[in-house]
Amino acid sequence: MQKHFLKPLVFISGLLPAVILAWQFYADRLGANPIDEITDGTGTWTLRFLLITLMATPLKRLFGWGWPLHVRRMLGLFAFFYATLHLFTYLWLDQFFDWGEIGTDILKRPFITVGMLAFVLLLPLAMTSTRAMMRRLGRNWKALHQLAYVVPLLGVLHYWWLVKADVREPLVYGVVLIVLLAFRVRRGKVAVRTAARDRCAS
Amino acid sequence: MWNLEGNTVLIKKSGELGESDVTPYEIYRQRRTFLQSGIAVAGAALTGSLWAPAASAAISLGDVRPGPFSTDEAKTDRKDILTYNNFYEFGVSKSDPAKHAHRMKTDPWSVDVIGECAKPGTYTLEDILAPHAMEERIYRLRCVEGWSMVIPWIGFPLADLIKRFEPGSKAKYVEFETLYDKKQMPGQRRRILDWPYREGLRMDEAMNPLTLMAVGLYGKVLPNQNGAPLRLVVPWKYGFKSIKSIVKIRFRETQPTSSWMEAGPREYGFYSNVNPNVPHPRWSQKRERRIGEFRKRKTLMFNGYSEQVAAMYAGMDLKKFF
Ligand code: HEM
Repeated sequence: MQKHFLKPLVFISGLLPAVILAWQFYADRLGANPIDEITDGTGTWTLRFLLITLMATPLKRLFGWGWPLHVRRMLGLFAFFYATLHLFTYLWLDQFFDWGEIGTDILKRPFITVGMLAFVLLLPLAMTSTRAMMRRLGRNWKALHQLAYVVPLLGVLHYWWLVKADVREPLVYGVVLIVLLAFRVRRGKVAVRTAARDRCAS
Repeated sequence: MWNLEGNTVLIKKSGELGESDVTPYEIYRQRRTFLQSGIAVAGAALTGSLWAPAASAAISLGDVRPGPFSTDEAKTDRKDILTYNNFYEFGVSKSDPAKHAHRMKTDPWSVDVIGECAKPGTYTLEDILAPHAMEERIYRLRCVEGWSMVIPWIGFPLADLIKRFEPGSKAKYVEFETLYDKKQMPGQRRRILDWPYREGLRMDEAMNPLTLMAVGLYGKVLPNQNGAPLRLVVPWKYGFKSIKSIVKIRFRETQPTSSWMEAGPREYGFYSNVNPNVPHPRWSQKRERRIGEFRKRKTLMFNGYSEQVAAMYAGMDLKKFF
């Protein structure tokens, strides 16, 4: 029964930030510069969903929870959803599709360069997220999806470079990411060691 | 000349502006052009209380007459001017100053005048303001982050104040400092910038008729979050040059280093003139979003004040002296 409700629940929760943001915009509750708030809101939620997605495996390992793994794909796709909203807010409401200016931004402003790179790397992950793609790519799928660690790394860098003076917030996201990465690396090492031991034993 | 020593408060206590030509704020409240939403501004109820911090100020503006150089562009909504502020002494979020600035005590207030001048000393706010007639000047304000406002300031030319201190021939620059007090300014507990906040102008910039010492906006005494009780307004430079809540004025021979220059020497120069042709590493600066408008507009050279200020920079490479 729990499984029955899990996916709809996560789906609705994932949409909630977008719905709230849209409502706040409509109701003129985003303050003096609403477009900036939308850029920041969608960017922040992209980063949050990227990190939440990476928590599924550690949660299973540490607490034996299986459910995060069941919704991991959906969480990852929500990261992509918010990244797309974020990018379109920039392209439309920030630049009004002035491609010359957008090109200059991508080339000349390091924080945009890095953000764009993050988005470009996120794209194949979203596109290969289906079960069919997983089967087709086989071992390569796992290799490709290692990018799930690279994208938030670039996201944190993007955030770090865009703040004017106070790096506290990007730092918090950075620390969470490092913890998740450390967990992964350790697990990798353990796996290698066990594999080696098994080989010796045989 | 000015009599600075121990003069009593000469400011007229006429209080209300009434029939004068300056901007009473109610008339200028405008809805955003791009949001015709039927839902009322939730914050409307807030607007009364936002002025509350200013109640602690000792000054009254007296008669305010319309001054020169005012733009006839639509003024930015008063509520936006009071709630969207960069004033890191009260926090780095734009909404922090309106929430925390009430902690700042603006009465009593005094300004230390030091350095290369004949009349250094500590002047009370009343001393500072006494001889000056108040003017309303409606100026554009362009933030380095790419947004802008149109603000009806009340104040008097900085030049008139500076003359009273009789700066000497060695006074090539003026440096200003904001209040430094962690109790009143909670944002200063963390070293986001090298407190106290410092800014500076070249002497000719300080003496330019455009440069204003502001003590009010929208017909009233400055709210704390906008830099009460005394702030600079330099409309052809990025907003951070217009230093708030000033407690020190120093005349000096060498170019001062501002807090932002210290924080990012490659990003923030001493001049920081509004210039659409010189990009900041993070913002192109070609365009800006006027608060309350949907589309962006082109940023003007010297924020549209070329006529008044371009001559001061004749022959200078503005890419080098950014
Ligand atoms: C996976 C990719 C991305 C992530 C995780 C991400 C994340 C973020 C975050 C966390 C913020 C700051 C929010 C805040 O200040 O509270 C932000 C702001 C921003 N991002 Fe992104 N972003 C990504 C991609 C992009 C792309 C592709 C662009 C444009 C090409 C972009 C342009 C911007 C801009 C213009 C801002 C606002 C900067 C400012 O406020 O001055 N981002 N992003």
